[in-house]
Amino acid sequence: MDFEHLANALTLTNLALALFGVVAGTIIGSIPGLSATMAVAVLVPITFSMEPASALILLGAIYTGAIYGGAYSAILLNTPGTPSAIATTFDGYPMAKRGDGDLAVAIACYASVFGGLVGALALLLLAPPLSSVALAFGPVEYLWLSVFGLSLIASLSTGNVLKGLAGGAFGLLLSCVGVAEISADIRLTFGSSTMIGGIEVVGALIGLYCIPVLIDMVATPERHLKVEEGGRAVRFREGAAIAWKSRFNLLRSSIIGTVIGILPGAGGSVAGLVAYSEAKRTARPGQKFGEGEPDGVMATEAANNATVGGGFIPTLVLGIPGTPPDAVILGALLVQGVRTGPTLFEGGGSIVYTFVFGLFIATILMLPTGLLIGRYAYKTIVTIPKTILVPAVGFMTIIGTFAIRNSISDVMIMIVLGTVGWVLSRFGFAASPIVLGLILGPIAEQGFVQAWIIGDATGNLAGMFFGRPISLAIIAFTILSLVYPVIQGRRARRLIKTEAGAND
Amino acid sequence: MFYLKTAKSLVIASAVSIVAATSALAFPDKSVEYIIPFGPGGESDISARFQQPYFKDKFGQDLVVSYKPGGGGAVGWAQLNSMASDGHTIMGINLPHIVIQPAEKDVGYTTEDIHTFYMFHYTPDAIVVTADSPYKTLDDLIADAKANPGAVTMAGSGKATANHLAQIRFDKLAGIKTTYVPFKGTGASTTATLGNQVKAQWGYTTVGAAQGDAVRMLAVAMEERHPLFPDVPTFKELGYEMVGGAYRGMAVPKDTPAETVQRLSDMFGEINADEAFRKQMLDGGFALLDVGIDGMDAFMAARKAEYIEAATDAGLLN
Repeated sequence: MDFEHLANALTLTNLALALFGVVAGTIIGSIPGLSATMAVAVLVPITFSMEPASALILLGAIYTGAIYGGAYSAILLNTPGTPSAIATTFDGYPMAKRGDGDLAVAIACYASVFGGLVGALALLLLAPPLSSVALAFGPVEYLWLSVFGLSLIASLSTGNVLKGLAGGAFGLLLSCVGVAEISADIRLTFGSSTMIGGIEVVGALIGLYCIPVLIDMVATPERHLKVEEGGRAVRFREGAAIAWKSRFNLLRSSIIGTVIGILPGAGGSVAGLVAYSEAKRTARPGQKFGEGEPDGVMATEAANNATVGGGFIPTLVLGIPGTPPDAVILGALLVQGVRTGPTLFEGGGSIVYTFVFGLFIATILMLPTGLLIGRYAYKTIVTIPKTILVPAVGFMTIIGTFAIRNSISDVMIMIVLGTVGWVLSRFGFAASPIVLGLILGPIAEQGFVQAWIIGDATGNLAGMFFGRPISLAIIAFTILSLVYPVIQGRRARRLIKTEAGAND
Repeated sequence: MFYLKTAKSLVIASAVSIVAATSALAFPDKSVEYIIPFGPGGESDISARFQQPYFKDKFGQDLVVSYKPGGGGAVGWAQLNSMASDGHTIMGINLPHIVIQPAEKDVGYTTEDIHTFYMFHYTPDAIVVTADSPYKTLDDLIADAKANPGAVTMAGSGKATANHLAQIRFDKLAGIKTTYVPFKGTGASTTATLGNQVKAQWGYTTVGAAQGDAVRMLAVAMEERHPLFPDVPTFKELGYEMVGGAYRGMAVPKDTPAETVQRLSDMFGEINADEAFRKQMLDGGFALLDVGIDGMDAFMAARKAEYIEAATDAGLLN
C-alpha cells in the first residue's frame, strides 16, 4: 500500500468513472424499486472492456451513490428507495413534513459521506483481520441477531408496543409465503402460482410506505410538504453545524454499519435500524426521535453507507459477498479474471488498493454531487403540483416494483399490501414492524433450522443455542433493548415525581 | 473433366453455404434476451456473463442478461412457454432443479415443458474442507462418519438440490450416515464451512477455485481430474461411481421454430468451442459440457432417471 495506488486511482478516466458512477447511482437509488443491486447488475457488461481496477471503481461508485440516493425518497416521500433507508423515514419524513426537507437531505449527505469514509477506511486498513467477523457468525448468531432486530420493534414503537409486535408477527407470516429458502417447501400460496415467488421485500416496502402516502396526498387538500414562504438561504451550513454537533453519533453509527456490513447475512437494513435504535437509546434530553430528529436521519445514513466498505471486506478477503451488490461485483471480477480471496490482498494487491482509493474518491465526490442533486430533488418534490406529483410517484412505484424481478405478480402484491397498510395505519399499526418481520423472518428461520440440525447431529442442542459467546452477547443486547424502554419510562416517571416533590 | 466437376461442385457448395450463411445471419437480427431465473451474482449469472462477450463478438448482437428470480427458479420456468418464441428470448435452466421441483409438487411447469437446446457446463460436486481440517483424505471423512454416524455435518446449498442429492448418493455408496445442513446458496454454505460451523461441505469445484489455499477438496465428481486441480482425486478413482453436479444450459419457449432452435444450439456450441472461453471457464473451476439439441433427449432422460432415484431413496418425493 503506497501512494502509487492512490496515483493509479487518480487517473482522469478513473475520476470520470467515479463521478459518473456516483451521479448515476444517486439518481437510480432515489427511485423506489431501482436498487443498488440492480444498478450494479445493469452496468456490469459495460465494465467488461475496462481495466479491472476501473471497472471496480465504477461499480463501487454506483453502489455508494445508490445507497445514498435511497435517502431522498425516504425523506421526501416516506418511501425507502432501498431497504437500507427504512429507518431514514422515521425522522426524515417528519422533518420534510414540517418544512425541513432540504435540511434533512443535506445532513443525510454529510452522514452518508462520513459513514462511507469510515467503511472505506476499515476496508483499507483492517480488512484481513475484520474478515474473521464474517466467519465467527454461524447459524445461531444469525438467529439471535434477527431476534435482536425484532426486539427493536419494542424500542421503535414507543407508546404502542403491542401493536408493534402484532405488526412484526404479521410481517413474519408474510415472510413465509412462497418457496421456503432452504427447505424448498411451498407455503401459504393457497394454490396460486402468483404467490410462489413469495413477497419481495422491496416491493412490500414500496407498497407499505408509499401507497399510504399517495392515498393521503389525494385525500387531503394541503400541500404534500410544508414550504417556507419567501426565499431561504441554502441550508448546507446549518446542516454541517448539526452534523458536527453529532459527531459521536456519526462515528458510532458508522462503526455499527461497518461491522454489520461485514456479516454476509445481515445487510444495510439491519445496520440502519441498529444504529438508529442506538442513537435513540442514547438520546440527549429534549431529542424527540420519530418526530423529526436530525440525529435519527444521520444515524441511519451513516450506518448504511458504512456497510458499503464493510461489505467489501468479506467480498475481497474471503471471496464471500457481504451484500447482494457485492455478489454481482464479485461475478464481474471473476469474468475479468480477478480472483478474490486472501491472495488478492497479499499478491495482486494493486487492484485492491487502487479500488479502495477509488472508493474514497467516489465517497468524497458524493458530497458536492449529493448536495446538488438533493437540493434539486427537494425543490422538484416541493414545487411540483399534487396533480402531477401523485400520478408521477404512482407510476414510479409500479415501474420500480415491476423492475425488481420483472414480475407483474409483485406489482399486484405491492398494491394489495399498500392498501392493507393504509387501512392498518388508520388503526395505529405502523409499517416498519411489518417490514422488519418480513426481512428478518427468513434469516431467523434459516438460522434456527441450521442450528437445530447441527446441534442435533452433535448431540448438544442447548450448547448450540445458548453456549456460544457471541450468541450470549447478542442475547444480552436483546434483553437490554426489550427492557430498556421500560426502565427509561419508569425513570422518567420517577424524575417527574421527585421534581414534583421538590416543588412542594 | 474431373477438375471441372470439382470446380463446379465447389461453386455449388459455396453458393449453398452462402445461402445457408445469409439465412442463418438473419438470426439474430436484434439483441437476444437471456433470462436468468435467479438473482444476480450466483453461479448461473456468472457463467452467463462469461458467454456474454463471446456472443457479441461472434454474432454481432448483444446478449442481454436479465433476472427473474423467485421460487428457486420456478417462477421463471413456469412462465417460459408464454414468452416470445422468435428465438430472441432464451432462459437459463438448471439441473437437477427442473427435474426435482415438478416431481416434488406443483410448481406451474413440468420437466417436459422446458425445451432445452444446449447444456454448456456443469459445476462438478466436490467435498470441500478447510485447509486445517483433520480430514486429509476422503477416507478420513468416511472413517469419522463410520465411527460417529450422523455426527459429520456437511453444509450444502438448499434442500433437494445438486448438493443434497450428492450427499444422499455418496452416503449410500460409501455406506455411511452424514448430516446435511442446507444453506441459502453456495456462498452461505462456503461461509459456514470456512467458519468451521460444519465439518465439511458438499460444494463444487468452483468453491475450490474461488477459495484457493483456504480449502482442500477431498474428491471431485468428474470422469477425469479437473485440469485446475491435478492433485485432487475423482470419486471414481477412489472407487465410488459418482460423476455429476449442477448442470446449466439454455432453453427456449416451446413454439420457437425448429431451425431457429438448431441455429441457437449451433451458436452456443460455437461459443463453447472457443479456446479462450474454455480456458476462462476452466480457470473458474467449471467443467465444460457440450450437449446440443441433437443429444438433449438422451441426456435429459439419463439425468432424470438418476435424480428421481436418489430423491426417492431419500424420501424427498411423495
